[in-house]
Amino acid sequence: MTHLGASSTLRHTVWVLRGNPVTAIAAAGTLALALVAIVGPALVAYDPVASDVPLALQPPSAAHWAGTDQLGRDVFSRLVVAARLDLAIAVTAVGISFALGAVIGSLCGYAGGRLDRVVGRFVDVLMAFPLFVLAMAMVAALGNRVENIVVATAIINLPFYIRFARAEVNVRRNLGWVESARACGDSHVSVVLRFLLPNVLPAMAVQISLNLGWAILNAAGLSFIGLGVKPPTPEWGIMVAEGARFISTGRWWLVAFPGLALMLAVLCFNLLGDGLRDILDPRMRT
Amino acid sequence: MTGPLLEIADLQVTFSTRRGRVEAVRGITLSLQPGEMLGLVGESGSGKSVTGFAVTGLLDKAGRITKGRILFRGQDVTKASAAEFRDLHGAAMAMIFQNPRAALNPIRTVGAQISDAILAHRRLSRHEALSEALDLLRAVQIRDPERRPNAYPHELSGGMCQRVMIAIAISCSPQLLIADEPTTGIDVTTQKVVMDLLARIAAARGMAAILITHDLGLAARYCRRVVVMEQGRLVEEAEPLTLFHSPQHPYTKRLVAASPTASSRVEDLVVGGDARPLVQGKELPPSAPGTPPLLDVQHIAKRFDDGTAAVADFSLTMVAGESVGLVGESGSGKSTTSRVICRLIDPTEGDILFDGYSIAKIPARDFHRSPSRKDIQIVFQDPNDSLNPRFTAFDCIAHPLIRLLGMRSGDALRRRVEECAERVGLPKDLLLRFPHQLSGGQKARVGIARAIACRPRLLVLDEPTAALDVSVQAVVLQLLDRLRREDNLAFLFVSHDLNVVRMMCERTIVLRGGVIVEQGESHTLFANPRTDYTRELVEAVPHIGSPPVLVPA
Amino acid sequence: MGTIGATLIRATRRFVSSLPALFGVLVFTFLLMRVLPGDPAVFFASGPNAGKEEIEVIRKQLGLDKPMPEQLAIYLYDVGRGNLGRSMMTGQSVEKDLRERLPASFELTLTALLIALTSAVPLGVLAALRPGSLIDHGVRLFCSLGVCVPTFVSGLLLIYVFYYLLGVAPDPTGRVDVFATLPPSRTGFLVIDFLLAGDLDGWWAAIRQLMLPAFTMALFVIAPLARITRASMLVSLGSDFVRTARSVGLSRWRIVVTYALRNAILPVITIAGIVFSTMLGANVLVEKVFSWPGVASYALDALLVSDYAPVQGFVLLMATIFVIVNLLVDLVYGIADPRATVA
Repeated sequence: MTHLGASSTLRHTVWVLRGNPVTAIAAAGTLALALVAIVGPALVAYDPVASDVPLALQPPSAAHWAGTDQLGRDVFSRLVVAARLDLAIAVTAVGISFALGAVIGSLCGYAGGRLDRVVGRFVDVLMAFPLFVLAMAMVAALGNRVENIVVATAIINLPFYIRFARAEVNVRRNLGWVESARACGDSHVSVVLRFLLPNVLPAMAVQISLNLGWAILNAAGLSFIGLGVKPPTPEWGIMVAEGARFISTGRWWLVAFPGLALMLAVLCFNLLGDGLRDILDPRMRT
Repeated sequence: MTGPLLEIADLQVTFSTRRGRVEAVRGITLSLQPGEMLGLVGESGSGKSVTGFAVTGLLDKAGRITKGRILFRGQDVTKASAAEFRDLHGAAMAMIFQNPRAALNPIRTVGAQISDAILAHRRLSRHEALSEALDLLRAVQIRDPERRPNAYPHELSGGMCQRVMIAIAISCSPQLLIADEPTTGIDVTTQKVVMDLLARIAAARGMAAILITHDLGLAARYCRRVVVMEQGRLVEEAEPLTLFHSPQHPYTKRLVAASPTASSRVEDLVVGGDARPLVQGKELPPSAPGTPPLLDVQHIAKRFDDGTAAVADFSLTMVAGESVGLVGESGSGKSTTSRVICRLIDPTEGDILFDGYSIAKIPARDFHRSPSRKDIQIVFQDPNDSLNPRFTAFDCIAHPLIRLLGMRSGDALRRRVEECAERVGLPKDLLLRFPHQLSGGQKARVGIARAIACRPRLLVLDEPTAALDVSVQAVVLQLLDRLRREDNLAFLFVSHDLNVVRMMCERTIVLRGGVIVEQGESHTLFANPRTDYTRELVEAVPHIGSPPVLVPA
Repeated sequence: MGTIGATLIRATRRFVSSLPALFGVLVFTFLLMRVLPGDPAVFFASGPNAGKEEIEVIRKQLGLDKPMPEQLAIYLYDVGRGNLGRSMMTGQSVEKDLRERLPASFELTLTALLIALTSAVPLGVLAALRPGSLIDHGVRLFCSLGVCVPTFVSGLLLIYVFYYLLGVAPDPTGRVDVFATLPPSRTGFLVIDFLLAGDLDGWWAAIRQLMLPAFTMALFVIAPLARITRASMLVSLGSDFVRTARSVGLSRWRIVVTYALRNAILPVITIAGIVFSTMLGANVLVEKVFSWPGVASYALDALLVSDYAPVQGFVLLMATIFVIVNLLVDLVYGIADPRATVA
């Protein structure tokens, strides 16, 4: 892409982070989250699935930072282990829909014509299904498994990326440097994949980050209503579902802590999205 | 009233931006008499528009008047409150802006907008205000005024939108009218009509006016006094003829030299000139009999998918080293023609022969593989979007070398890129910069370097200097001329600016609605146009030396 | 007169262009349901113990032995007639079940939308009018956090605060007290029906019961709506035509409302349509948390006991509602923005 090398990208990243403390915090938070997801399960004090019924429904204390649930399991340990599953679902789903959507959308935005119209119709149909509705339909059709949740989330996000990429490419399609690339010997496909897509990436990076947050919320929501993940697997949504029964009797920690975990994770991704845009856009470099 | 209408004393305006504080205006002093039309001329960054906004209290939130006074009718408006300005706006001072369509409310009818302005200062019924709006539309001589009050801005042309803007501005009879680049984005024939209208209305209503523009010729034609600004400072003030025949300040001298007129020559555009000697126009060696012309365009036509015909029956022959100009207003089809010729799009009919070989037969989407691709290159109009924002200047110039000549990264490539950069006068250390770190002129040079990198034989230039400041344009035009003579390049120079085309091209073709209206040797064509349309075009161009449209005192 | 005609033409054209989407929805659901594990005929029968003959009848009805295109035709015919199968759970036809439960979902969603619009738009406008102020920062903070909190968590926490801690809210189960007498069903909306029947006690009880779930759902969409309103208003206030309006001395009210706000509201209308789609989905969560007897909880219950006919009916219904809502949003936009072309 450029002959400048990785070291200047790193320098620029540090410069952006230093000038924007909120982004730095969000980046640190996301890294921490990833770390928790990867190594957390190995480091927790309690076995997340071992029940210890006499200790059931204890409020937070020094021994159990987030209290215990109805089976006496340590909520905090379950929170940490759950991070891995939630992140995995979100990242996989968003990854698939972004990759597919960006390419399809870019080609449609560039080519226009019949391809654009056909894909547009297809996208319209897809967008008529709210996520939860589609997930329910897919689970009904294909079975109540985690993989189907990932597929449903990926499909639901697809139209969004297609439209976004299409719009961004459309705006840039007639710019001078695109025509110049053609004059310099690039074919249409080459122009789309090698020049337009990378230029569209900064805008999409923000969307990906926001999308990741949204995907985590949706994964949790789906398991809350009983689709995909099943007990005793620790997952933030399931934990809220199991704790919901006890909220009217005042056991707030069963809902509050997983909720807090969800909120923090999504917040980090949202704030990071804005920071990503600054890093990837060379216009910001001085 | 006695005394000046407007007095600006040592005005300083500062903007707070991401990069710190920027002084847009650094202490200017000027005055304006009632009923006088003053021209405020400068290039980008001169602070001329900022001055206008400061006077009318419409500065951007980030801008602040840090020093000086602005006395309007004796009252210092730098200290005026929002309420005081609201009384002044429209009733005492008004402004018309650059992009007329964007300056109008897109979802409100034109009649309603004019009525709003009237009702802001006078107590009338809606009905009465609407009928006055209609009168105003007649006063600005819009076509079919009865049909306009219910029209929306997007249904009107650029010229009509500007007339509506004028109607809004004069609706409450202000004493001062500030026109900020009122003719950008409008065709040259419409420009003349709009400016004549403005001058006439200002005279009829006794309004003082400030015409803010980058076009020296425009200011010369309509203003009794012209003031020149550079980098936030006022450098010279004089009557138009004095300014152009004996400019005092070095900047004014440069500006006057660079402004193309009916009699400019490329060599004279830059005071002091390029250090390198201009290659004298060499005689084109007579080609051996029977050699096909370099470019032979035969009756091409282009019709788009929705049926609109952009170009009809266009033919042209060019020999090596020749420079042909293609002029027309917007919608004339000149851009489409240029793109068909350099094979970015396909013609619907006709053929194009390059060196005797048909290149129209190769579809545009495959042309990038043809060996002729490197022989025909294109220089684009807007330097801001003609360079890939993710490429450094080096990458931009290297790109065609890699793709069309198959060169690989390494010393040979680097030397070639540096050679191209040197030819266009681009300092080597700028090669590692990204487009947003380069100035407009530097970006234009990169675009040219990229175009000549593969040593093409035909260069299509699509309004290459339209987006550049006049002084930068002068330098770039000289550069282009020199390159042409050094490499025996043929030019197809597309432009709406007749003066530039006259200077740069031996032959000119006039296009209108996709059809050739007239063509011939440039000087003869412009001196003695044969068709009415060409004559209209030539007369519409304001240039220094043509009799000024003076406002009767 | 001309604008009414133009709007009608536009409405018809938009409707016609949404027919392919509707058709696509039908086909998509059809395909999805045919992928069901096991024998679809059994699922569409009246119960797990349905006799062999009944299953055979259903199979013939569904035309499962016929080629695909013909199956599609039969399916479309059935759907057109309103035949969506029978529910094993309730024993009634799916169509009847949905009809009975739809008003509950609508009451919830519409109330939530009303609450959301009346709070988000003014907040967004206020924040844009006073940039950098406390209210601006407050709104931005609220928006940033608001999109991060999952609906089911906020619902549960609201129950905790208002029911458990403060005791203000009624028992968060269902739409109305089990012992209460329902009013005669005129619109299906309890809030209206109670009023029509003159039963003020019942009306108040219904409102109290509706508050928490409606608020929960509203919270979910206030953040994005406020954010788009604020952003759109900022763009509008900084635009060239507002500068022109200032340059002729229009009053502040006229500038903010007639010039800036009317333009700013256009993207908000579009986003509101999109947001509605997410609300249709979020219905599931809220109805689950509050045991609200709407169509979403109906379908969910059916799904979890492998009763698939209700699920298919629900999916069709939701997608159709969305297409219709989109059509309406488009029409409203077309009326608000004269630039929108007729095509």
